[in-house]
Amino acid sequence: MMHFLEMGGYAWYVWMAYGAVAAAIIAEIVALRRRSRRAFEVARMVQQAGDTDGLGLQVAGTGRTR
Amino acid sequence: MIINWFRYASPVSFYPLAGRLARAFGILAALLAAIGLWIGLVAAPTDATQGDAYRIIFIHVPTAWMAMFLYLVMAFWSALALGLNARLSAMMAQALAPTGALMAALALWSGAFWGRPTWGTYWAWDARMTSTLILLFLYLGVIALRQAIDEPRRADRACAVLALVGAVNVPIIYFSVQWWNTLHQGSSISLTAAPKMAMIMLAGLLFMTAAAWCYCIAAVLTRARAIIVERERSAGWVASLIGSGASP
Repeated sequence: MMHFLEMGGYAWYVWMAYGAVAAAIIAEIVALRRRSRRAFEVARMVQQAGDTDGLGLQVAGTGRTR
Repeated sequence: MIINWFRYASPVSFYPLAGRLARAFGILAALLAAIGLWIGLVAAPTDATQGDAYRIIFIHVPTAWMAMFLYLVMAFWSALALGLNARLSAMMAQALAPTGALMAALALWSGAFWGRPTWGTYWAWDARMTSTLILLFLYLGVIALRQAIDEPRRADRACAVLALVGAVNVPIIYFSVQWWNTLHQGSSISLTAAPKMAMIMLAGLLFMTAAAWCYCIAAVLTRARAIIVERERSAGWVASLIGSGASP
């Protein structure tokens, strides 16, 4: 096992490269799940409020939502 | 059976299809990556000249290929969005940029950790590396431009123009090792010539490339679904979707 982890003396380079890829992919998957959940939550709030953009904002002086 | 592809140009039809495809490609990516990693890290022998440092190839090459390919796909969807004013095409282009940027960043990072033991430096202003860095900046530029414009359809058009203009960089990256005298090596794999590596190494590389393809498809489709819900949140079909108790 130690022989495998040492990578013939190149452990720092090999595992830094592979580690970054693993960390980045995990981070992207987590971010995608959060974004999907957030999109659903906001859509639910918009539907409940009957608001066209979910922000409840109005264009100045027009009285209509943005 | 004839499939009416135009049906899937509508977010309503595309949303469930994207969900099924994202799940299938995600599972396939995990399986292919498991085989590719086993070949790349365990089964493939140590390289005679580079030692075990060469094993970085199994992630460096797939991420670099995907960075270039995803940019071209983003430019393709951008062209459709501009030409046909198709909102799903713009959403697809929007969904591609973050994963493309990630692939470009990982290609540069893994390349740096391969370059240090083989060339003696993490970075050089070599044509291949510099043009790949420009590719990363183009992706980040597209993402930043979208964030800077409030109105989604205007942001779609502006990002589409930037994506199309930036596409000229992809052939520059690809041919940079032929056009200039670079520190970066030429391609080891070609469709027209025999590979310059052992078959088991090639097998590991191809498995990892297939895994990267499947992962990128799954990630982009998942993001596209989130973007569809974000941008269509006032639509009746989204209300029905939420009302049916569907999960993201």
